[in-house]
Amino acid sequence: MMAYIDPHIHMVSRTTDDYQRMAQAGCVAITEPAFWAGFDRSSSQGFFDYFRQLTDTEPKRAATYGIKHHCWLCINPKEAEDVGFAREVISIIPEFLDCPTVLGIGEIGLNKNSKNELIILEEQLALAESTNQLVLVHTPHLEDKLKGTNLIMDAIDNTSLDPTRVLIDHVEEHTIKSVLDRGFWAGMTLYPDSKCTPQRAADCIEMYGTERLWINSAGDWGPSDPLAVPKCRLELASRGHSEELINTISFGNPLDFLSKSGKFSIS
Amino acid sequence: MQDNQMTSEEIVDRYFLEHRAKVLDIAAFLDRIDRSGSKEKDFRIIALLKCIDELQSGDENRTKRILELLSDHSVEPIDIASTKGASGAPPTS
Repeated sequence: MMAYIDPHIHMVSRTTDDYQRMAQAGCVAITEPAFWAGFDRSSSQGFFDYFRQLTDTEPKRAATYGIKHHCWLCINPKEAEDVGFAREVISIIPEFLDCPTVLGIGEIGLNKNSKNELIILEEQLALAESTNQLVLVHTPHLEDKLKGTNLIMDAIDNTSLDPTRVLIDHVEEHTIKSVLDRGFWAGMTLYPDSKCTPQRAADCIEMYGTERLWINSAGDWGPSDPLAVPKCRLELASRGHSEELINTISFGNPLDFLSKSGKFSIS
Repeated sequence: MQDNQMTSEEIVDRYFLEHRAKVLDIAAFLDRIDRSGSKEKDFRIIALLKCIDELQSGDENRTKRILELLSDHSVEPIDIASTKGASGAPPTS
């Protein structure tokens, strides 16, 4: 069985059974971006505890099944409308950045493309710049994705961040080309109802190739599938694509990008 | 760019029934709305019907064009995010 990496999944929202099933399907490593828990936290202390969960608890839970766990830290755009609150959370991020499993800042981005979300995005990009972190970007949902993706790429272009150290996630057919053309890495999220299905992700790979592209499940507390990556691999295999291509998109590419952090390890 | 490894016939053989079922789901969804007796068409349904028109174009890249039909094309950030959710279609479409 070929090993794979799921580079974007929210295991704090998943059961231990999911770790077991992912390991059985060949998952050897995951990375978990900080995200919205489905409710707004009432204090920055709630984020401090969440960051402890991401940097301490989840790596241990994953290790039980032989899966290496890494994470990304930030305040997500859904909780960024209150700028003062968001700045409190940003102020506690630096003390976690030296943790051996923290790969960078993420998933930052936009949700409704508001002015305050953009201010907090810019401040977290500045944090990534000043601390030389990789960046994992969340792009908005549904009707807000096209506009938000363009606003995000413009904001990054206004920094000194190297686009090859930034991955813009949740791309679809209307955003993938511009993200790749502007030099960023791109992620396709495999969801049953929104974002890409495994079949559409396979179509995009056929249209755009595999360079600077990865696939992920973004499994969380909503409709999602922690086994979406192996399902996409099966889709590609059933279409006759080579083992080399499947390995590149689901193992080699995430390994290449994540290794830029200097901290990512699968052993 | 990767070559599609399947022939047209293989693609139809493999995926036709799945997509036949999806078309029937859309038809049943629209019938369900009709049975509810509502005279006003929700903006999301209007957008969906535009997407169905787009499906019948003979051109490639239907998926991209449909996603663009379902997108907000404004360029400036909004003043304030008064909600967290997205509806799936821009209200003005």
